[in-house]
Amino acid sequence: MFEDIAAIEHFVVMILLTVLIVLTLGIIYLKDLLAAVILSGLYSLVSAAIFVAMDAVDVAFTEAAVGAGISTIILLGALSFTKREQKPQKHNNLPALIIVCMTGALLIYGTLDMPSYGDGKSPANSNPQLAQHYLQKSPDETGVPNVVTSVLASYRGYDTLGETAVVFTAAIGVLSLLGLRRRRRQEDPNLTPRQRRRQQSEDT
Amino acid sequence: MNKQLEQRHRVVQVITKFLTPMILLFAFYVQFHGDFGPGGGFQAGVIFASVFILHGLIFGEGRTRLVVTPNILRISMSLGLLLYAGTGVVSLLLGGNFLDYSVLASDAVSGQHWGIFVVELGVGITVAAVMISLFYCFSSNRFLDRIPFKIQEEE
Repeated sequence: MFEDIAAIEHFVVMILLTVLIVLTLGIIYLKDLLAAVILSGLYSLVSAAIFVAMDAVDVAFTEAAVGAGISTIILLGALSFTKREQKPQKHNNLPALIIVCMTGALLIYGTLDMPSYGDGKSPANSNPQLAQHYLQKSPDETGVPNVVTSVLASYRGYDTLGETAVVFTAAIGVLSLLGLRRRRRQEDPNLTPRQRRRQQSEDT
Repeated sequence: MNKQLEQRHRVVQVITKFLTPMILLFAFYVQFHGDFGPGGGFQAGVIFASVFILHGLIFGEGRTRLVVTPNILRISMSLGLLLYAGTGVVSLLLGGNFLDYSVLASDAVSGQHWGIFVVELGVGITVAAVMISLFYCFSSNRFLDRIPFKIQEEE
């Protein structure tokens, strides 16, 4: 019974991974940048579906919200700074292809050392001190039933502090490049005089 | 022209106004229920920001800036990170290690609970402010010209 379910799960993940490859090829070959942006949003949505199939609900949640939602909107915004069509390439990019293929081969070679999905003998599962400690002691030690949250915020609080600092730093970088000022103001006829004054005070 | 466009997108605007409180409520649910189900500060911050991005897309970014001004964003962006790091400093001052929440309350478990609550709140505030300000940065008027739901139009 459980083997059947596992087999079906593997089948679903395989199909979704194939869809991911097709989407990637579409993003590479499309010259229409708007369509490529929409496809990249779709890519995130399919990856979120894969994470759900692998029982990583928190990751799937983040991927769907950030990847499929916000970053698609921001990429659309970035598209407005450039043209909609990709420029036709004139130069020869064979060296780039070779470098990309070599890097890809190295990455695949690196994955050969990794434990396979759901492997009970992987280092994380065969050294029970840490993983088992999180899984068994988390409700007693932190009072938080969701182990992902307790690991993220408490056991690995330093990492999350660093991540938040990274998000903050990235925003500072973008703000210093683009700025929060409005570039060109259009008059909005429906605003009250008070709201208009606020808009003007923001400009100066 | 402006009037006509506004009329044409009336349905979208009404639906947006109808959905806004629900999405906000969902963001708060994800934020504060992250201890028990999937979710947490990062996801809640993004969902919270998506409300204002939706508002900006439908009603024009100029009006969203009246609701959430860039100053609010600048302050809350830093406030979230300070809240996180400040929790660590408070736990240092109370005699524990940095980010050791056990000392925050009378017993260790409720201390952990409070610590995780405050830290996730800090993450949520920072992420929401960062996402909204990224949207402000990338949405010029040219951007609003391209999307279908614009209501602002050159007179």
